Amino acid sequence: MSRKKLITNVVRYVLYALMVLFFIWALQHHYLASIFTESDKFFVMLKQHLKLVVVSSFLAIIIAVPAGIIVTRKSFKKAEWLVSNVANLGQTIPSIAVLALMMGVLGLGFKTAIFALFIYSLLPIYRNTVAGINSVNDKLIDAAKGMGFKPYQILFRIELPNAAYSIIAGARTAIVLNIGTAALAFLIGGGGFGTWIFTGISLFNNDLLLSGAVPVILLAIMADYLLRLLEYLLVPKGVRRSAKTS
Amino acid sequence: MIKFDHVTKMFQGGAKAVDDVNFTVEDGDIVVLLGPSGCGKTTLLRMVNRLESITSGDISIDNKSIKRLNDIELRRAIGYVIQSNGLFPNMTIESNVTIVPQLLRWDAKKRHNRYKELMQLIGLDPEKYAKRYPHELSGGQQQRVGVARALAADPPILLMDEPFGALDPIIREKLQDEFLQIQTEVKKTILFVSHDIDEAIKMGDKIALLRDGKIMQYDRPADLLTHPKNDFVSQFIGEDRMIKGLSLHTIKDLLREVGLAEMPHQHYDGKTVAGSQNLRNTLSILMNQGAEQVIVTDHNEQEIGAVTIDLIQRYIAKQIKGKTDASLPFERVVR
Ligand SMILES: Nc1ncnc2c1ncn2[C@@H]1O[C@H](COP(=O)(O)OP(=O)(O)O)[C@@H](O)[C@H]1O
Ligand SMILES: [Mg+2]
Repeated sequence: MSRKKLITNVVRYVLYALMVLFFIWALQHHYLASIFTESDKFFVMLKQHLKLVVVSSFLAIIIAVPAGIIVTRKSFKKAEWLVSNVANLGQTIPSIAVLALMMGVLGLGFKTAIFALFIYSLLPIYRNTVAGINSVNDKLIDAAKGMGFKPYQILFRIELPNAAYSIIAGARTAIVLNIGTAALAFLIGGGGFGTWIFTGISLFNNDLLLSGAVPVILLAIMADYLLRLLEYLLVPKGVRRSAKTS
Repeated sequence: MIKFDHVTKMFQGGAKAVDDVNFTVEDGDIVVLLGPSGCGKTTLLRMVNRLESITSGDISIDNKSIKRLNDIELRRAIGYVIQSNGLFPNMTIESNVTIVPQLLRWDAKKRHNRYKELMQLIGLDPEKYAKRYPHELSGGQQQRVGVARALAADPPILLMDEPFGALDPIIREKLQDEFLQIQTEVKKTILFVSHDIDEAIKMGDKIALLRDGKIMQYDRPADLLTHPKNDFVSQFIGEDRMIKGLSLHTIKDLLREVGLAEMPHQHYDGKTVAGSQNLRNTLSILMNQGAEQVIVTDHNEQEIGAVTIDLIQRYIAKQIKGKTDASLPFERVVR
């Protein structure tokens, strides 16, 4: 346990050091110049990028979490198999293909990009919700039932608090992945930092490329950090430790 | 009073888990459901708070069929203690203990007072543990809290499914003693599942011995031990049943029935035992010491006489006198 923690920390700080070196290198070569010279454009893209991520993730959470809850109700146990398999199948389709498919249906643009990201985030959130709820010890539910909890009280007082760690971790993974995937939105006219990244690639312009890519990386790291903080605040104290040690 | 009336449980596709069970639990009694694993004890217990449905027959509480009561209200009026892992890890000890009062919408002050009362009853410091979480407690402490939680709304009935089963023997005995002490204060009507004959003898006012879902014998522990109804019962309680039975009697009982022996004349430096000691332990002390007798003291530590193996033998003989059962070889037991 402490050995594992040590390794995790070493890896983390090596990565931090590499990132700092990278920044110094990039700044020295003026590879991030576009951010400052074209800051108007930068902020438009930032807004687009955030909107893509926030809207699609929000929709995915409000669909996938309730779906996971419904599917784990006793009367739906049989449907879980079907829903999970369909969802798994969906996940095997690469995101580019999802974009291409959606393009055929919804045409080009921002909405298509949001829809594709939304579809792509459903599965990790759904799967973690189901796994989290299923991992709650049956004995707890039995004890609660035996003490006269109503079904909704079992859900809100026992199942969700004890599954909170897994559910929030699923949402966090999906959102962080979304921040990266949203760069592809440019390919179907959805805007975002992909605009600079792909233009930079096709023009062999390192300045544009990095001015688009670095903010995406920073956004992902920041989102991960903030969501971990949220996780810490939302997961009940008594569950936090057992979730970590298991 | 809980009455089981031709209660039967058939699981889908399975055999009968509970088969035509009839017996009555009197108010204030602890009835132990005893039997080997898989004999239907848990199923029978869970039928009382309707965690399992009744296939046929009926269970009534104070002459009211539980089928006519609302599930939720029925369960809130019955305390439920399970073997382990029953405490909610996401809640503090105080929330765990007062969860049923919370469901019943008691106000915060009344809940907190009840919490303090219960923690004192189970011997844990209310302030110290209020904000702790279950994983911070030892197994024994968790199980005590489980008992407190079941008692929180002061239900007249408790269902306990091997509540001390997961604890090590020393802690288990301690909790059994504590629980019996608590029971003298709260006087609940209790169904207690166990697969351990010693626990059943100790805890039960009556024992219902089950096999394959059927009741083999329903009796007081002493009667079960001295008068097993069939081979299964005598096998289950074991060849040493007379010795087991001695744990139900104390030296005081012996003093009343057959009197004590005189004090030895020469100086005696062996062990002494208290008059409240049970005869099973007294017998072990006698045998361990290889002594003729052991000195008995009263509650003022005054030596009041001696117990011998011979006296214990006479006491047993007197206990079963008049009850003609050739299969009671008490001599064999004490030799
Ligand atoms: N939900 C269930 N479905 C089918 N069979 C069950 C179920 N619960 C228990 N049984 C069966 O009923 C019998 C009695 O089980 P149980 O009451 O748990 O026994 P005990 O508590 O005495 O060990 C066992 O044979 C067990 O396999
Ligand atoms: Mg059982």
